[in-house]
Amino acid sequence: MAIDAAARLGPAPSIEVHDLSVAYPDGHVALSEVTLRLDAGRICGLVGPNGSGKSTLFKAIMGFVRPVRGEVRIGGQDVRAAQKANAVAYVPQSEEVDWTFPVSVRDVVMMGRQGRMGFLRRPSPADRAVVGQSLDRVGMAAFGERQIGELSGGQRKRVFLARALAQEAGIILLDEPFTGVDQTTEEEIIGLLRGLREAGHLLLVSTHDLAAVPDFCDDVVLLSGTVIAAGPTADAFTPANLARAFGRPPPGLASLAAPKDVPGTLREVPRSARLAETAC
Amino acid sequence: MFEAALDPFAYEYMRNAMLGAGTVGALCALLSCFVVLKGWSLLGDALSHAVVPGVAVAAIFGLPLVAGAAVAAVLAVAGIAFVERGTSLKNDAVLGVVFTTFFAAGLLLVSLYPTHLRITTIMFGNLLGIADSDLWQVYGVGLLCLVVIGTMWRDLLAYAFDPLHARSIGLNTRVLHALLLGLLSLACVTALQTVGALLVVAMLIAPGATAYLLTDRFGCMLVIAPLIGGVGAVAGAYASFFLDGAVGGCIVLLQTATFLLAWLFAPKHGLLNRLGFRRPAGAGKRAAARAGA
Ligand SMILES: Nc1ncnc2c1ncn2[C@@H]1O[C@H](COP(=O)(O)OP(=O)(O)OP(=O)(O)O)[C@@H](O)[C@H]1O
Ligand SMILES: [Mg+2]
Repeated sequence: MAIDAAARLGPAPSIEVHDLSVAYPDGHVALSEVTLRLDAGRICGLVGPNGSGKSTLFKAIMGFVRPVRGEVRIGGQDVRAAQKANAVAYVPQSEEVDWTFPVSVRDVVMMGRQGRMGFLRRPSPADRAVVGQSLDRVGMAAFGERQIGELSGGQRKRVFLARALAQEAGIILLDEPFTGVDQTTEEEIIGLLRGLREAGHLLLVSTHDLAAVPDFCDDVVLLSGTVIAAGPTADAFTPANLARAFGRPPPGLASLAAPKDVPGTLREVPRSARLAETAC
Repeated sequence: MFEAALDPFAYEYMRNAMLGAGTVGALCALLSCFVVLKGWSLLGDALSHAVVPGVAVAAIFGLPLVAGAAVAAVLAVAGIAFVERGTSLKNDAVLGVVFTTFFAAGLLLVSLYPTHLRITTIMFGNLLGIADSDLWQVYGVGLLCLVVIGTMWRDLLAYAFDPLHARSIGLNTRVLHALLLGLLSLACVTALQTVGALLVVAMLIAPGATAYLLTDRFGCMLVIAPLIGGVGAVAGAYASFFLDGAVGGCIVLLQTATFLLAWLFAPKHGLLNRLGFRRPAGAGKRAAARAGA
């Protein structure tokens, strides 16, 4: 299974961001001089306060916003070529689709397969099987025939996660997958991400659930308009760096201020503090 | 009595009118599925008016009307995109300004350089006098739309539903967008000749809207809408023979009647079914059953 998946992933997934600066049309510079390198088989957490440019970084990696400077390469290719090779899947922070569209949950997840289908885009039995598995993995198997609008907010998020899984891309970008989903689902998604990592995928996951970061992230990128710190979680996810990224020690992580700098202490953050963190 | 019902088929112009109307009706209906879902109703109206100056210029120089219309449609779409980028005006305001300007230019051209093309033909169509060459054009455009949508509807759907995702799985969304607009323009031109500029937009909306009420599956919409649109248009042309009234009017009113029926009786989205839910459970079920029957 793992070998199978690795074979399908093709050349080792990687993301290289070089000297990237992004400005919105109103002139606001959302990211400046971001340089990063992410490699296969790792989960990278993307952390920073609201407006720090996390979503912008995702959009720039996908080529949805044009950088004023710098470049992004995915698996050594430019973004467009990588997309055509189905090398990268992206789940945005909030889906801005028309929820009244006459498509079922299964149809939407099948769209994740579409780039891999033949000329007529007729789903093969293999495509159907992958879609079924993807729905199953996010716990939405029972909802396949529902119209896409007939779901709760958290269920909708899970469907779009399933669509990304169905794409079987080597690189998966998840913009705040845990906001608006319940605690059990968050833990299930984290389990899912670990499984993907073992299969050789590269995952970039932004989150406000700081307490969970040391739990599942191999690497961390701290962002605040630019990269504050990046590297293995133990080196980058330190109280000093967090304070620099958030401007002050973020609430709920008071325990980090304890003399011990070991990231493991994060797990002891009281639950109430974690919830407060996810809420914002 | 029964023989009288067959009367329209005895006349060649009526046979042509019914064939032409049916093809245009089905082809516009096919596109109406996308128009309704993308919220492009006003754009359809805009295109049907914006092609007029192109048609006028083509008539003046004796060129194929479709070619002129296509050029005008491209210019209008480019104009809309250009003005939109330059201002923060709402999309409908930009559309309104651009298409009325094009339509005004068309009216002026037709009045300044009289040709065989009369203004009433543009406004109300001339289905009963449709020339053989126009009829073949209608068939050609119909076949083209059928083939393109038949092979590409899944990509077009993916684009219509979530353009960013479509791009991220490697689809060329610019081509898909241009393709939809191109087919829409072609449909506008053919519909212009049959029901006229004023009513094109009805054929580009009503069948898709009706099909939308009847199903939750896009694939089914693509089958139901052309059936409704095609049959409605043939029936409209047929009815106009007996009423001795405007063909365009008959077609559009029939399509509206179909829409109203669907709106009342549709199994899930229908008015009766929805009202039924507010009554006690048993009554609601009965209402739903009646609506389904
Ligand atoms: N479409 C836009 N036009 C102009 N400015 C924008 C736009 N989108 C985002 N910005 C600005 O760019 C900056 C970065 O925004 P971004 O959405 O990347 O933040 P984020 O880190 O994802 O925040 P959050 O945690 O709230 O999701 C913000 O200051 C925001 O105001
Ligand atoms: Mg964001």
